[in-house]
Amino acid sequence: MYAYIARRLLATLPVMAVVGIAVFLLLHLTPGDPAVVIAGDYARPEDIEKIRENLGLNEPLHVQFFSWVGALLSGDLGTSIFSNLPVAKLIGQRLEPTLALAIATIIFAILVAVPMGVIAAWRAGTLTDRVIMVFAVLGFSVPVFVIGYAMMWLFSITLGWFPVQGYKPIGEGFWPFLRSITLPTVALGIIYVALIARITRASMLEVLTEDYMRTARAKGLDNNALLIRHALRNASVPIVTIIGIGIALLIGGVVVTESVFNIPGLGRLTIDAVLRRDYPIIQGVILIFSGAYVIVNLVIDLSYTVLDPRIRY
Amino acid sequence: MPRLLTATRRAALAALAAAPMALGLGVGPASAESVLRIVPHADLKNLDPIWTTAYITRNHGYMVYDTLFAQDDKLNIHPQMVGEHSVSDDGLVYTFTLRDGLKWHDGDPVKAEDCVASIKRWGQKDGMGQKLMDFTKELKAVDDKTFTLTLNEPYGLVLDSIGKISSNTPFMMKKEHAETDPNQQVPEVVGSGPFRFVKEEWVPGAKVVYAKNEDYVPRSEPASGAAGGKVVHFDRVEWIYIPDPATAMNALINGEVDLWETPAVDMVQLLEQDENVELAVIDPLGTQGWLRPNHLHPPFDNPKARQALLYAVNQEVYLQAIVGDPKLYKECAAYFICGTPNESAVGVEALQSHDPEMAKQLLAEAGYKGEKIILMQSTDIPVLNAAALVTAQVLRDVGMDVEVQAMDWSTLTSRRAEKKSPADGGWNIFHTYATGADATSPIANIGVSGGGVERAWFGWPTDEKTEMLRDDFAREADPMKKKAIIDELQGRLFDHVVPYVNYGQWFQPVAWRKGLKGVLVSPVPFFWNITKDSG
Repeated sequence: MYAYIARRLLATLPVMAVVGIAVFLLLHLTPGDPAVVIAGDYARPEDIEKIRENLGLNEPLHVQFFSWVGALLSGDLGTSIFSNLPVAKLIGQRLEPTLALAIATIIFAILVAVPMGVIAAWRAGTLTDRVIMVFAVLGFSVPVFVIGYAMMWLFSITLGWFPVQGYKPIGEGFWPFLRSITLPTVALGIIYVALIARITRASMLEVLTEDYMRTARAKGLDNNALLIRHALRNASVPIVTIIGIGIALLIGGVVVTESVFNIPGLGRLTIDAVLRRDYPIIQGVILIFSGAYVIVNLVIDLSYTVLDPRIRY
Repeated sequence: MPRLLTATRRAALAALAAAPMALGLGVGPASAESVLRIVPHADLKNLDPIWTTAYITRNHGYMVYDTLFAQDDKLNIHPQMVGEHSVSDDGLVYTFTLRDGLKWHDGDPVKAEDCVASIKRWGQKDGMGQKLMDFTKELKAVDDKTFTLTLNEPYGLVLDSIGKISSNTPFMMKKEHAETDPNQQVPEVVGSGPFRFVKEEWVPGAKVVYAKNEDYVPRSEPASGAAGGKVVHFDRVEWIYIPDPATAMNALINGEVDLWETPAVDMVQLLEQDENVELAVIDPLGTQGWLRPNHLHPPFDNPKARQALLYAVNQEVYLQAIVGDPKLYKECAAYFICGTPNESAVGVEALQSHDPEMAKQLLAEAGYKGEKIILMQSTDIPVLNAAALVTAQVLRDVGMDVEVQAMDWSTLTSRRAEKKSPADGGWNIFHTYATGADATSPIANIGVSGGGVERAWFGWPTDEKTEMLRDDFAREADPMKKKAIIDELQGRLFDHVVPYVNYGQWFQPVAWRKGLKGVLVSPVPFFWNITKDSG
């Protein structure tokens, strides 16, 4: 097991290296010039050239690459071309809102979707099942921004319960934090609720027709024990897998939610940096994201051994 | 029974509505600190208003720095940091004395040597500044409060240059910072303006915080444009960047922000219907659209092909597409902005005639034989996106073969620097716009420069006579003679050069919560002079 974990962690290094090279090359070979954005629309070509020179953007690509890698190996993610602030500081400023939104969304999705999926499977073919599945289809079909604006109108502007936009760090108090994160969490979470509920239902349906379930029923076990202890546990590997995929997808999903609710998270940091070609920020954020993907996948793989004792690494 | 159910539902809803209050989730008590929250037009990405011409950094400059002279709401120049000034009889020596009480944010007094260094740095970077420096023989500090500017020959735009309102605005910085290479950012933000920049609370892409500079001594005159007394009525001003227009609108309607600098034009109607929101155009100069042809390559290297563009363009069609509401635009053919002293009617007929047949004839005379026209379309800026689509149709209507190449603005700004032929990765046309403040004079308006590949802006018009007339304008001090030069220059621009085609002038409204008073009329949004009703 430990050898497996060590092997998987070591395997992240080449993955990160490939991601780093690919991102660096993609960015530098894509048209767009941060010096032009810095200088502004009315700058003269010679001023733009001087800014390029000062930023080192005139250096050959391999020189720029090795200087970035060298700094990276000493723990320096670089400095934003525009704000002159360290990339690590900028990521640090944005990490909490994104993590808070992602964790809250996953918790919300699991708490709502798993019971929904279990109930739908248990009541398969009934009106309850159909209502839950209609909700799941809707959850897939309605874009996050539509749900976001609709909730904003109802809960913020009409009822005044939540703010329209912005994020309050948990350090400023739990209630302000909760108020700022509730609508984005629900708006972003609905699609994951739909996804996880469908998979839970399908997985549970398979398990519920197994012989051992019939035996358990024959033994007179009550529904709770039957569904949770016997059925759900055995149906959990695909559910956990889809939750893992959901976490990975969340990194993309938060971008839209952060924009709609004006949450200063990593998604918006990335989009802003891409639009103005702030190379060090894009490279830093993508490296962090790729590391997060690898770790999430590892945790999911390891969780299989807990949920299904037959699985061993 | 149905009535009972309805009543129950109402009670449940009322309880639900009251729940957040019971849980303490309602809006918290007002802070003891007075805060003005605004949604700026862009994210503040960098902090040096000399290093970049970006308007958001210029606006930041006005918060933290001060200027020697400033333009009022009629664009007249008034002293700001300067107390007294004089000009020698031969018009060659300008003497400036700083007013009392000027202090940097770190407590040091503002000295003449700081101003000399600041003007020199700005003079290396800004177009008007460079022109001024061409005419300057010497710039030196006489004592702590006095400095002189000595010219080689009389120059008519000395005060207009150091009092210019828009980018690059000549902001005064500490000598040690003003000695930074103008193509590098200053290391710190230490100004002498009415606000201090709170760097530790700056979250690029999200929030900028300014605190009132308690040491600032405003002038005694009433505030007008960038001139007059900069009296601050708030402890803090927060710029909350909200990139999504719908969210910004909802935040304003919900009272989470006090002012939105650039409401999207398609949301103006909704905002007008909200009883708590007020809308007004505070920039009377507005914005001018530019359709920029590439003067280096066929067909637009031929003046007749460029004139064909004038006959093909109908400003009304563009303005309908990009603004829509006639209250917010006007057809204006003048190169130097309608409603200013430099507005001229000379040569405007071609742009006002809307004559596609004449455009076809001129294209034929220019030798156009159906070559592909590369039109760069910036899809991430709605105004430019719409203008490009209109132009594509306009050109097709006069028989041109147009290839619209979609890209984001960052890509376009790189690509437009390409001087290669369109077939080899160059271009024929792109669109942009300039705020009126940057286009009101032949010196400030870089779009009309005829300096060719060496000195002109992207598109590279080349015309010696244009350059000569621009120099004449800079030298001339007599307003009547200046006007005559403007007329001659505009005639030359329409009849021969056509550096760009002006596709109209439009006005961006600003939206704020009712109760906000004292928003100043100006091309630049200022946050002094504003008060907020406590109720």
